Amino acid sequence: MVERLVPEFERDNPGIRVRVQQLPWSAAHEKLLTAFVGQAMPDVFQAGNTWLPEFVALEALEPLDEWIARPGGVDAADEFPGILATNVVDGTTWGVPWYVDTRVLFYRTDLLAAAGHPRAPRTWDEWRAAMQAVKARGAGGYPVLLPLREWQPLVILGLQAGSDLLRDGGRFGDFRGAPFRRAFEFYVGLFRDGLAPGTGEASVANLYQDFASGFLAMTVTGPWNLGEFARRLPAAVAGLWATAPMPAPDGDAPGTSLAGGASLALFRGSPRKEEAWRLVEYLSAPAQQARFYELTGDLPARRSAWRAASLDREPRTQAFWTQLGAVRPTPPVPEWERIATLVTQHSEAAVRGLETTDAALAALDADVDQALAKRRWILDEASR
Amino acid sequence: MNERARAGMWFVAPALALIAAFFVVPVVASLLLSFTDFDVYAVARPDRLRAVGLENYRRLLDDPRFWLAFRNTAYFVVVGGPVSIGVSLAAAMLLDARLARFRGFFRTVLFLPVVTTLVAVAVVWRYLYHPRLGLLNYVLGRFGVDPIDWLGDPAWAMPAIILLAVWKNFGFNMVVFLAGLQSIPARLYEAAHLDGAGPWQTFRAVTLPLLRPTLVFVTVITGIGYFQLFAEPYVMTQGGPAGATLSVVLLMYEEGFRWWNMGYGAAVAFVLFAVILAITLLQLTWQGRKLTRGSTMAEVARGDRR
Amino acid sequence: MRRTVAALAVNGALVAAAALTLMPLLWMLSASLMPAGEATAVPPRLLPSAPTLEHYRILFTRLDLGRALLNSAGLAAGVTLLALAINSLAGYAFAKLPFRGRAGLFSALLAVLVVPAQVAMLPLFLELKALGLVNTYAAVAVPGLASVFGIFLIRQYAHGIPDGVLDAARVDGAGEFRVFRSVAFRLLGPILVTLAVFTFMGVWNDFMWPLVVLADERRYTLPVALATLAGEHVQDVELMMAGAVVTVLPVLLLFVCLQRYYIAGVMAGGVKE
Repeated sequence: MVERLVPEFERDNPGIRVRVQQLPWSAAHEKLLTAFVGQAMPDVFQAGNTWLPEFVALEALEPLDEWIARPGGVDAADEFPGILATNVVDGTTWGVPWYVDTRVLFYRTDLLAAAGHPRAPRTWDEWRAAMQAVKARGAGGYPVLLPLREWQPLVILGLQAGSDLLRDGGRFGDFRGAPFRRAFEFYVGLFRDGLAPGTGEASVANLYQDFASGFLAMTVTGPWNLGEFARRLPAAVAGLWATAPMPAPDGDAPGTSLAGGASLALFRGSPRKEEAWRLVEYLSAPAQQARFYELTGDLPARRSAWRAASLDREPRTQAFWTQLGAVRPTPPVPEWERIATLVTQHSEAAVRGLETTDAALAALDADVDQALAKRRWILDEASR
Repeated sequence: MNERARAGMWFVAPALALIAAFFVVPVVASLLLSFTDFDVYAVARPDRLRAVGLENYRRLLDDPRFWLAFRNTAYFVVVGGPVSIGVSLAAAMLLDARLARFRGFFRTVLFLPVVTTLVAVAVVWRYLYHPRLGLLNYVLGRFGVDPIDWLGDPAWAMPAIILLAVWKNFGFNMVVFLAGLQSIPARLYEAAHLDGAGPWQTFRAVTLPLLRPTLVFVTVITGIGYFQLFAEPYVMTQGGPAGATLSVVLLMYEEGFRWWNMGYGAAVAFVLFAVILAITLLQLTWQGRKLTRGSTMAEVARGDRR
Repeated sequence: MRRTVAALAVNGALVAAAALTLMPLLWMLSASLMPAGEATAVPPRLLPSAPTLEHYRILFTRLDLGRALLNSAGLAAGVTLLALAINSLAGYAFAKLPFRGRAGLFSALLAVLVVPAQVAMLPLFLELKALGLVNTYAAVAVPGLASVFGIFLIRQYAHGIPDGVLDAARVDGAGEFRVFRSVAFRLLGPILVTLAVFTFMGVWNDFMWPLVVLADERRYTLPVALATLAGEHVQDVELMMAGAVVTVLPVLLLFVCLQRYYIAGVMAGGVKE
């Protein structure tokens, strides 16, 4: 998709040729690391913003504050503050937000209305009540899909409950703490009460079929599904779904969600940083942001692009607009991907009844502490 | 003579140089790596590398995930191995039967899965195993069996992998058994028949003893190969569900290439090597045979196929 | 009568076994020709309602699987040729050119076989990084060039070459390499075909090492490309089946054409003392 934006850039910048390499998202993290070790890093690359701390630790990134400060280029003030913050590690900016990602509730309006919930739930209690009401109608499906392989739903609930996930400046895990425990019990309870299916990857293939048939009534997912739903749902249900910001544990929606998304970063060792930066400026300009949205459905990082395309007012994207005003980042540690995987491992064990809540949380903290051991050593060395 | 000796050394030089440079050196390095805490920080800066002695191994032995991987791999070997060998032997005996027709055709067909690309067939079987939409559950349903969540239920995931491995590999051992069966002299069968032996007795008295060396061979190489289980869980389940199909090599891959804990990954690899070596030696001495040319060919063939 | 029943039983069992064995492969082919969405219909279909080559077209145009196909073919062919040269020279020498320490060296080679390949993988990666070869075709090829199995096979077969033939060539004034090239190589013909088939298939089907060592998707081999696609297109069953067919078909055809040599090689592996 990016390839479609390249010809115009090359026309405006004669002398710069751009070669685009696509990587599937699932393999991108591993492959970027391999490229780094193999000294085959691209000049500019797209990185999930949760990966930035890791690449900073690898000393693979070019610090961008001075580049951003150049007049007429990237406009930092136009970015969502919560998203821009995820690109800052240790006070330096390392990436320019390219598109934003957060998770919101997708739901079947007709199924919820028929169960007595015409409005999207705004609190955890309402949410649970809506799920139970849908289940009580006995259609034989599940009210909500929370894929066990994804760490995002549980982490979002944890952040909402007020947990920082790690403590002591990212030195130790804090999953046994009361806030995360509350989120964990809420999450696991949904599976134990039959409100969410406890299967793994095999069922994900049918999100669209199941959503269309009413087997699933709700799910927590991201902006890419705006396009996918539009493409894959049959005409009969095309108008029967909507999005809403996340319910909050107490108080009112929106509950916090993840400050996700992808950023553009420059490779520190690139011999072509000027040209690479021009491409970054180009891609983050509002016009290209809007075009990229049209091509892919990925939400722009620039707020002016949202307004220009009326995305802040359109019903289905409006939920994202609201949500992006209430996002929190994950802990900015290089080990985050590993920690996220550990979270899924232990939450899956608890969901399947293989571990009790206490045992799962204790084991999770133990594993996370182990994963952070090297980081503690490095931080201690640095402070000496 | 001298010229021949010199030529001999030159002729073997390229192969030996490649093996030394790209196998022996890395293996030795692996051992050394396992005594360090090489990880993503060390990739960036060498001063972030520490020698940690046996710490990786100690951590390994305390790591529940390692023991999970070990148990799963042992399950695969102990159950999948005999099933695979049994099916191969049965198929070979069918092909060898006097009454069998179109032997060449059947042998080709039964061997086909062996040459297919594992990744491709794993993708196919992933769909066949789908609980609601897959062909397998549909067929079982016709026989009145409730749908099984093959790849999503921790109890059924490893059996699913075993079934795939058996389907994929039985042809190889089948051909080896065929060679062994065909070398049994026909007069021994005739003698047994004259003595009034039934099929089962013939099998036990004639077939099995004369097949023994082949059986040893097959058992050893199947064991060695099955301990190295990786591609099937990687493509089909990523080690899930709930770690039910996490194998030792998959764990090594995760630690080494996903999280870049290469020191720890190397320790896992070496422990695997030690286990394979120990079990192979155990099998061979238990069978009362020294490493013969036949048995080593087996290891070679198996290693190459994997 | 008993004989007929027995014959029916044996051949019936063979037919059943063949059917069970072929079923997944036939379904793979059938699904690859189904219109999108049909393969996940309930109840599952066995045959396409309207066969289409649409998925193959997508694979080769939008998803550029043709490049992976060329990569696999090129690598497999290149490695096979080099491996034939390297291993036949070594195998022949171990059989026919005595030098000091030859027996010990060969035993050492056999010891190498006991070590599983994965032990070498991590440091080999780091070694190739030091050589600047990560993410290159060379990196993929390197582990497959010298094979103890290949050397063994050749040596086994070369033992059968009569010394008289070799000596005759030497008497005519040929140097050792000339003797090898003009006499022995030709005589090794059949086993070379076996080794070529083994090597080609091994490289074509190799998954873990190319997965680890390649970061540039333009260099992916077919198994890696297919696994990558499978991660992204989990929903598109028919597309995945088409990809699987493309990956499996060349090697299947190669096997069916040359199965005599391949199976001879497997059986040579099973030869007892």
